Amino acid sequence: MSARSDLPAWVDIGLIPALNLVIAFVMAGLVVLIIGENPIKALAILLGEPLFSFQGWCNILYYATNFIFTGLCVSVAFHAGLFNIGGEGQAYVAGLGAATPGLILGGALASILPNALSQPITLLVCLVGSFIVGGLWGLFPGYLQAKRGSHIVITTIMLNFIAASLMQYMINRVFRPTGNQAVESRAINNAYILNLREIGNIFGAKLPSTPLTPVIFIALLAAFAVWYLLWRTKLGYEIRTVGANQEAAIYAGISPPRIIMITMMISGGLAGLLAFHEVLGPQHKLLLEYVQGAGFVGIAVALMGRSHPVGIVLAALLFGLLSEGGTQLSFEIQSISKDLVVVIQGLVVLFMGALEQAFHPLLQKFFRQES
Amino acid sequence: MTPAIELINIDKRFGAVHANNNVSIAIAAGTIHGIIGENGAGKSTLMSILFGFYQADKGECRLRGKPEKIKSSTDAIALGIGMVHQHFMLVEPFTVLENIILGAEGGALIGPALDKARAALKHLADEYELDVDPDAIVGELPVGLQQRVEILKALYKGAEVLILDEPTGVLTPAEADHLFRILKQLRDQGKTVILITHKLREIMAITDRVSVMRRGEVVAEFDTSKTNVGELAEAMVGRRVLLRVEKTRAKPGNVVLDVRHLTWRDKKNTARVDDVSFNVRKGEIVGIAGVSGNGQSELLDVITGIAKASSGEVIFKDQPIGIKDSPAELRKRGLAHVPEDRHHRGLISTFTAAESAILGYQSNPALGKGFRLNRDAVVAQSLKQMQEFDVRPADPHLKSAKFSGGNQQKIILAREIGSNPDLLIVGQPTRGVDIGAIEFIHRRLIELRDQGKAILLVSVELDEIRSLSDRILVMFAGRVMGERPPSADERELGLLMAGVGKEAA
Amino acid sequence: MEFALLPEILGSTVRMSVPLILACIAGLWSERSGVVDIGLEGKMLAGAFSAAAAASYFHSAWIGLLLAILVCIMFSLVHGYACITQRGNQVVSGVAINMLAAGLTVVIGNSWYKQGGRTPQLDDASRFLPINFPGRDALFQMDGVGPIARIFLDHSVLAFIAFALVPLSAWALAKTRFGLRLRAVGENPQAVDTAGISVARLRYQAVIIAGVLCGIAGAYLSTALQTSFVRDMSAGRGFLALTALIFANWRAWPALGTCLLFGFLQAIANFMQGFQLFGVEIPVQVFNALPYIMTIVLLAGFIGKSVPPKASGTPYSKDR
Repeated sequence: MSARSDLPAWVDIGLIPALNLVIAFVMAGLVVLIIGENPIKALAILLGEPLFSFQGWCNILYYATNFIFTGLCVSVAFHAGLFNIGGEGQAYVAGLGAATPGLILGGALASILPNALSQPITLLVCLVGSFIVGGLWGLFPGYLQAKRGSHIVITTIMLNFIAASLMQYMINRVFRPTGNQAVESRAINNAYILNLREIGNIFGAKLPSTPLTPVIFIALLAAFAVWYLLWRTKLGYEIRTVGANQEAAIYAGISPPRIIMITMMISGGLAGLLAFHEVLGPQHKLLLEYVQGAGFVGIAVALMGRSHPVGIVLAALLFGLLSEGGTQLSFEIQSISKDLVVVIQGLVVLFMGALEQAFHPLLQKFFRQES
Repeated sequence: MTPAIELINIDKRFGAVHANNNVSIAIAAGTIHGIIGENGAGKSTLMSILFGFYQADKGECRLRGKPEKIKSSTDAIALGIGMVHQHFMLVEPFTVLENIILGAEGGALIGPALDKARAALKHLADEYELDVDPDAIVGELPVGLQQRVEILKALYKGAEVLILDEPTGVLTPAEADHLFRILKQLRDQGKTVILITHKLREIMAITDRVSVMRRGEVVAEFDTSKTNVGELAEAMVGRRVLLRVEKTRAKPGNVVLDVRHLTWRDKKNTARVDDVSFNVRKGEIVGIAGVSGNGQSELLDVITGIAKASSGEVIFKDQPIGIKDSPAELRKRGLAHVPEDRHHRGLISTFTAAESAILGYQSNPALGKGFRLNRDAVVAQSLKQMQEFDVRPADPHLKSAKFSGGNQQKIILAREIGSNPDLLIVGQPTRGVDIGAIEFIHRRLIELRDQGKAILLVSVELDEIRSLSDRILVMFAGRVMGERPPSADERELGLLMAGVGKEAA
Repeated sequence: MEFALLPEILGSTVRMSVPLILACIAGLWSERSGVVDIGLEGKMLAGAFSAAAAASYFHSAWIGLLLAILVCIMFSLVHGYACITQRGNQVVSGVAINMLAAGLTVVIGNSWYKQGGRTPQLDDASRFLPINFPGRDALFQMDGVGPIARIFLDHSVLAFIAFALVPLSAWALAKTRFGLRLRAVGENPQAVDTAGISVARLRYQAVIIAGVLCGIAGAYLSTALQTSFVRDMSAGRGFLALTALIFANWRAWPALGTCLLFGFLQAIANFMQGFQLFGVEIPVQVFNALPYIMTIVLLAGFIGKSVPPKASGTPYSKDR
């Protein structure tokens, strides 16, 4: 987002994130200390427990699946110089694109095709549907920014709230079967993403219970696709040019409004894939508030991962580890809520984003002396 | 008599830029003193130091003979120095009165200050022809009046010395004349006025004495009555060792670029390019000379499709350039463009050299089929261009910002020439470029001409224009003042650049 | 709409508007100085928690209020340090503040009270109750006048502070030296700097004021409107206040009107499940979404125009 320094690359992409992470942990440790617990012990549980069990790893990967999608969403927009804080809403509304084909088309196909055929076809349509609906919810603020000059930060915030109201209405009034007490759609069985345990059962392996699904591979594929788009295609080049220098982009014959709209469509679409994962995977139904703040975690992931897909995958794993570790922590030390993870996320955003420049003078001095 | 202001051995650097190099100026009280020089000569920096906005690295300021440390604008204002900045320091949604009292409110509530200012304004209006409605919203006033508010602000705060930075850049001739009348009245009432400008006409019209700045130094001082426009122009542009470029006579062919009655107006409806007509033929270099800010940049923007003409037409290879023609489209048709400002347009400092080397040509099929951008092809092409143009280091993976000015310019030139254009438009090809690279770039441009390409060259360096061009057009205030052969007398060109001489092209 | 419910709805409108007004005016001060504050939500939440925790510990609503203000000022200073001193991204800083507040309130609350982030129920002495003025009960029971009086008078002191802040802020911005300079710094910080006034100092003062007002807003939520803190109890009100600020074009009096309107929409949404207009049922979500929809339409320039202070969002630096 901001101008890169003249620091060595490894400092910029390695040392600074690591340093900021350490500071975030130290400060979170202080919070633990204040509430009267042992921070070392808490840290050991937070990081240790998930890492030393198979189930822990599965759950880390489950969380990371969502975080990769939202992290990519934020970072694609970053590359075009846009701050999309609407990932939350885009992922939420995309649930319509994931659930509708699953409920309607899935049933129709299941009645004429064998399950082994109808399921993959339906899932593919759901995948595309999630991407498109999420993308449209991103395109709208992109259009407002490009053509009407409405600031994208503000419009995406508002669209998050509009998304919440819209989904509440849709799920309550449209998707909820009459007479159903719970505010959620009926189970989407014709577009059913198996989790690891269910896949294991097919092969007769007994695996632990986990919400992890093969969608993690789609997430990794999306990370690769984003990398390919940004650094190996003409469109990606144009996106990065607009983000780096709009005047140079105009000189080069690139239309910034067009690029802004395309980028926001892609950005929203990536967030939309979270809906595909969550609605058809672990939940198997459209329900309220399934995004659970993952859209905002995406901001932390993108900042931590330096907006590079490899960094994003690593940062998503880190935040996946924290989410899983936080749950473990709250089990073992009752007085520590798993929301400690949110505190760490906030600290990461603060130090990696807003206070990004704080260490630069110091580090620059240090490395100038070195060389 | 003690001078009102003495600046002694002022030195200021911004990173690598030596903005003021050991500058000394003395300004007599009760005079209008002009400081003239091209953009970037260090005039504004010097005055910002006097006004306390920047701190000098070295040197001393004396007011009425007394050394003063001016650490902030507050100090400057307290010492009776007022400044009218080039970009007005006005709060647009505020009324005139609110703007005037800002920083001089005199108490926790602004009511009394507003009343006081209203009375003072009436007084100043009577004294100096400085009428302005005290309750008008500043943002809604025309620029001439906004400037008057700036002057009133300074006077209200008790300025005895008034600095004006390029005050007429935004004014119509009539407004400028009014301003000059006001300045003369101020002088006659005993105020000292410092006028920073790059316009010779203004210096001649109202100053008593003038200092000429070039490249951060004061290179000459004159009593205005004892000098003339030619002498000033020469001092301003400077006589450098004329770079000899070996070239044969041009063999011009068909017209490639034909500009007819082209006009471009800015948002305030001022014609920045005013009824310009000329053409460029195959195998010749047409140079546009002129002091910067006289419409050259806008002219290039219109020809290259970045800005749209208000009226008139541009015909490139017998086809008009229309509203729909983007820079990308024109590049495909064979129009290459080396922009004047390489940092903001020519390349992208955070990109690698190879990435910057395809800017504008990213859709070239040779760089990848369909939507793909073939990294290897991009790097290979960049490396080839780098070797051909002797870019050092010849490393396509290095960040663009890490190259020296000369090498950055070579990267851009290689890119634009590499596209094998029919017309090359070059703006300030050697600004901030070392001597070695200058020679190299000049040689390449002549070679390109000899290959039968048409070249339109814009430069503020008169020497460069003279040594490269086959025909020279001089621009002043958006208009072409005339056409001369490169053998024309330097003085004569200087006069045209100053807007003197009416003969049509 | 059933008219019998009208006094109830209007009374509720006032109660719903109070935190919006406080947060909106907080945002007004900050943003008019050029510092974008999307951390209103987080500050309000932190204030609500601090007020409830302190009030329950000290059995004093006023100490709760004081603590809420202090905590919010600390958050403001973090934001100020990032945005003013470090010239960081103001939006990112705001996002961080929101995350920190959301996390910290629950972590600390959970560890102290072990009720899933909820603070203990406050007794009346530890809350801001509707002001009990002489003749109150008699007035409220009067036929005709009573219900109307209740709409306007049956509120705590914090509500009256909120409403008083609107004219006070409008006056201070328009008529005082501080207000003049603050407005100037949000439009053209260079003009302020060249007039010899410190840009950073003014902006710090502005964010501190925002902190104070967010603290009051938070205290209102947990010690006046409700009887304890519950997790995420600000429930988007900070963003709604920000929306109101934009809709009101960053001006104090229109902000009051907008907050009352948005408060009214919230009150309707709370009171009615299913609202009939010309025989068509309007779902409750429409009322929730309406403020945001209206503001987007305004922002897009389809009707009217909303123009933020020119320098908002840009850190000030006089370097080249």
